[in-house]
Amino acid sequence: MGAGHAHPLYRAGDSVVHRLPAHVKIVVAFVFVLAVVATPREAFAVFGLQFLLLVGVWTVARIPPGWLAARALIEAPFVVLAVLLPFFATGPRVEWMGMSLAVDGLLAGWNILVKGTLGVLVSVTLAATTPLRDLVSGLSRLRVPSMVCVIATLMLRYLEVIAAEARRMRLARVSRGHDPRFVWQLGATVRSVGALFLRSYERGERVHLAMLSRGYTGTMPAFTTASASTATWSVALVPAVAAALLALSGYWVW
Amino acid sequence: MEPHTDLVAMHMSDGIVNAPTSVIFGLVAVLGLAVCVARARGDLDDRTAPMAGLVAAFVFAVQMLNFPILPGVSGHLLGGALCAILVGPYVGAICVSIVLLLQALLFADGGLSALGTNITNMALIGTFVGYGVAVALRRVALRSRGGLVVVAFVAAWVNTVVASLGFVLEYAIGGQGLALGTVFGLMTGFHALIGIGEGIITALTVGAVAAVRPDLVYLTRSAAPSLTIKSQGVRS
Repeated sequence: MGAGHAHPLYRAGDSVVHRLPAHVKIVVAFVFVLAVVATPREAFAVFGLQFLLLVGVWTVARIPPGWLAARALIEAPFVVLAVLLPFFATGPRVEWMGMSLAVDGLLAGWNILVKGTLGVLVSVTLAATTPLRDLVSGLSRLRVPSMVCVIATLMLRYLEVIAAEARRMRLARVSRGHDPRFVWQLGATVRSVGALFLRSYERGERVHLAMLSRGYTGTMPAFTTASASTATWSVALVPAVAAALLALSGYWVW
Repeated sequence: MEPHTDLVAMHMSDGIVNAPTSVIFGLVAVLGLAVCVARARGDLDDRTAPMAGLVAAFVFAVQMLNFPILPGVSGHLLGGALCAILVGPYVGAICVSIVLLLQALLFADGGLSALGTNITNMALIGTFVGYGVAVALRRVALRSRGGLVVVAFVAAWVNTVVASLGFVLEYAIGGQGLALGTVFGLMTGFHALIGIGEGIITALTVGAVAAVRPDLVYLTRSAAPSLTIKSQGVRS
């Protein structure tokens, strides 16, 4: 279960950011993203300053920018939507390089692009500095109902079960003369989805019986992390509060 | 799990709707989930919690299967109808919400500020609409396994299209740029196609489960004869 404790976006480290309790980081990330989203779209400089705040966090957490940039590409499909907006939006238009672009569409596209990018960068920063089990225990500290935390923990474990089961089934297909080129593999995978579900369930059922026989009572143990002191909170909230103040300043200053 | 690193985002990102709309739908999502958690306690004991975990994991895994529609535009299984048919609407909505929450926190798929809108669309609207359709067609589902498979397909298709209407509603309230008619046409058009893929996968999964373990299908479970304890001396 080595992979159960890490995830693809996690980057092991021992910085101040890594050591912060997970629930503090989750709150800070949410406040920061909400501040970004609340910033008026014409306040171009504010977005730059919010980006600099993130750069500061990365410096403290010792995350290289290139590593982050590669993982932030997940938002690429939204860039397409943002690029299309100036062409399809209504309202006054401007001529640019022979193309007729809607002003409102340009601003709306910029709005999605910059807020989406900053949002993804915040999420990647959180994921990069927080191991998986800390995230779930952080959620439980934030008063997320224990039922939700238990299902989330079980889900993360079953992901490994399903991935391993899918690998076994693929190996079985290949060893029976199946041609694992992408398109055909996809067809076979789709057709065997039902079997995958059943095999995973029955494996999970056996695991569950094993858990019961070892004293599992329906709640996962150790759903606690060290609580955060006021000092920790006040230091951790600095970037989020700064981002919120910048967002507010966007309505008057810029 | 390497496949995650090259998956394509489809959930709403930050900045598509404005901050007040994000907050309003965040509250809608929290309230809706609170109701679900309260109602799910009846559906979920410590034996069925692992089933809910598995369904959530399965939805998480199958959401990796993307149906390419246009360059840069792809859709995937939403899982609402699948969850609702297998574990019931309340537990199902919680499962889909957990998937969305962890995708946002771990994989940056879907913006943190858009979690409320994403949960409202895919977990609340999607699951309950899918379940509503399944319950409305329950008589067909109980008739035979083929009937159940057809019901699963229809529920999944309706779930997908109606969930995309949730996006149109949110865009109407707090979006900017495109004319609403364009958004409506794009979203429903694409999702009518995605819904076919979603319907096929949902029907295949539910069909396979019903064939081997009919006791695991929530929709038809209450119709199955259950064992009753009869007191001594009662003869029939």
